[in-house]
Amino acid sequence: MAAVTATPAKTAPVSVRPLRRRPSVGRIAAWVVMAAIVLVTLLPFYWILRTALSSNTALAAHPGDPLPVDFTTGGFERALGLQSTEEAIAQGGSGGGLKFWRYLINSVVVSTLITVCQIFFSAMAAYAFSRLRWRGRDKMFGLFLAGLMVPTIFTLLPNFVLIKQLGLIDNLLGIALPTMFMTPFAVFFLRQFFMNVPREVEEAALLDGAGKVRIFFRVMLPMASTPILTLGVLTYITSWNDYFWPLMVSYSDSSRVLTVALAIFRAQTPQTGYDWSGLMAATLIAALPMLLLFGVFARRIVSTISFTGVK
Amino acid sequence: MTIASSSPPSRLPVGGAEGARTTPRTGRAKAREGGGDGRLAAVFLAPALLGFVVFLLWPTLRGIYLSFTRFNLLTPAEWVGLDNYDRMVHDPIFWDSLRVTVVYVVINIGVQTVSALAIAVLLQRLTQSAVLRGIVLTPYLMSNVVAGIVWLWILDTQLGIGNEVVAGLGFDRIPFLNDETWAIPTIALINVWRHVGYTALLLFAGLQAIPNDMYEAARVDGASEGRMFWRITLPLLRPVLAVVLIMTVIGSFQVFDTVAVTTNGGPANATNVLQFYIYGSAFGRFQFGYASAMSVALLVVLSAITVLQYRITRAGQTDLG
Repeated sequence: MAAVTATPAKTAPVSVRPLRRRPSVGRIAAWVVMAAIVLVTLLPFYWILRTALSSNTALAAHPGDPLPVDFTTGGFERALGLQSTEEAIAQGGSGGGLKFWRYLINSVVVSTLITVCQIFFSAMAAYAFSRLRWRGRDKMFGLFLAGLMVPTIFTLLPNFVLIKQLGLIDNLLGIALPTMFMTPFAVFFLRQFFMNVPREVEEAALLDGAGKVRIFFRVMLPMASTPILTLGVLTYITSWNDYFWPLMVSYSDSSRVLTVALAIFRAQTPQTGYDWSGLMAATLIAALPMLLLFGVFARRIVSTISFTGVK
Repeated sequence: MTIASSSPPSRLPVGGAEGARTTPRTGRAKAREGGGDGRLAAVFLAPALLGFVVFLLWPTLRGIYLSFTRFNLLTPAEWVGLDNYDRMVHDPIFWDSLRVTVVYVVINIGVQTVSALAIAVLLQRLTQSAVLRGIVLTPYLMSNVVAGIVWLWILDTQLGIGNEVVAGLGFDRIPFLNDETWAIPTIALINVWRHVGYTALLLFAGLQAIPNDMYEAARVDGASEGRMFWRITLPLLRPVLAVVLIMTVIGSFQVFDTVAVTTNGGPANATNVLQFYIYGSAFGRFQFGYASAMSVALLVVLSAITVLQYRITRAGQTDLG
């Protein structure tokens, strides 16, 4: 551990329903800390927006102004490739063409493909590991769990060689394939939930004449819908934000995803210095879909992130 | 994310060693050995098993094999025995990048664990607001690339608001990401900003398992919040904390994205973390064999950490059960 100390905030006795009377010094201090945490968490987001709506020349003149300076949507126009090269360069852009719509679509395709297939196949495997009886089941599951021990990064180089041999370099399918079928974590996570579905529910369905396949679709998947949703959103965010693997696999616009495009945008620095306004607009465009996705499901996700399997 | 800690992986998962034997923790009797639904199970398992073998098991074995070869992607791999490892041991840049990585991990994990614990405790003892939990998680929705670029701007020496504040306080401007001393701590803290909320929520989930009447009882005895933290929260959270630590340390060692978009390994290799050096060896100099050998070294380090942490924490496990 590094020598960092943070004294836990001393608070007055708190019951589940805090007393409405004079809050103690400790409680006030704790709220101040909490407010500081929220501020540090959210301020960068405001700063992205403020910068994206400013013009580069004004940014240099008023670096500390809290409001957008010399309001313009030029940054967004550059990020989305709506400006002519001359105009972009005049406003402090690099003039390097970026087809953000294209990258946005690529990101959506890759993340959707990975999420839908990975969750579905992992759920199937989790069902086989939890509710079906077959020889060698626990040994096989142990092997899958051992897969958790291999850091993702270790398999990237050999997987790159494999994808190259398959002729899928610079192809969206090549980016999606390695995580499209399963991750040990997804199988493990869903198995935990399937294990907790009461037997009675299954037996009732069996008595009604439903087969095991039907039980999977009609009983298991609906009953585990919240964990599946949580896992789905987390998987989507993870694949959306992945950088290292797509960086290896894609060479051209046809398979470039947003994270890789952003890094290229950042590397295209004009002579005059960074195009901060365009760069911040681009990061906002890249991050916004995830913020919206999270916003829709936040309540369910925040309450489901939990410690399945930690005893 | 959560991981299993029901039993220790006895050996490293190389070549399909048996890992953890799990026991179902529901009240159900263990499935009878024997094929009840063998054929159906095969169908249900097929896609996941295909993915497991082709994109996880086979690459793991192949990565180990490649570390004993000279391989530039264009010509077939050529067996060179321990040459890559010999070179690695005598490569000062490798040792330096390992040192840089360790410094990064220590700062990153130290600050992140303490902060996440503080946030989790505040979320548990001060307020049960779901909105605050959601807010804390927002940076996690960014990619490392976005987080890196945003902080590159905030900390820019001339124009960044961070340095405006530094200057406003009467200090000299700090070239956070262009200075050999500042760069690694800065990158470590950027990643704390992005991940601390997620870690805090995992710890918070662990805190929720602590029965509230323990706190009630302690309060009747006149214990202060601080005392409760040291006497109740921390001891009972230990197993969860241990698992979270293993996960975050393993993640932390694999740092790459943030370095790639902020400093590109510079200045003067000050932020040349191991993963960055591996990437450069493979895709910059086409030494896939050497890059694989370094990946194996990283794998060994991470496995050792996992085993070690497991041993340590198992010694003092508390159980709520």
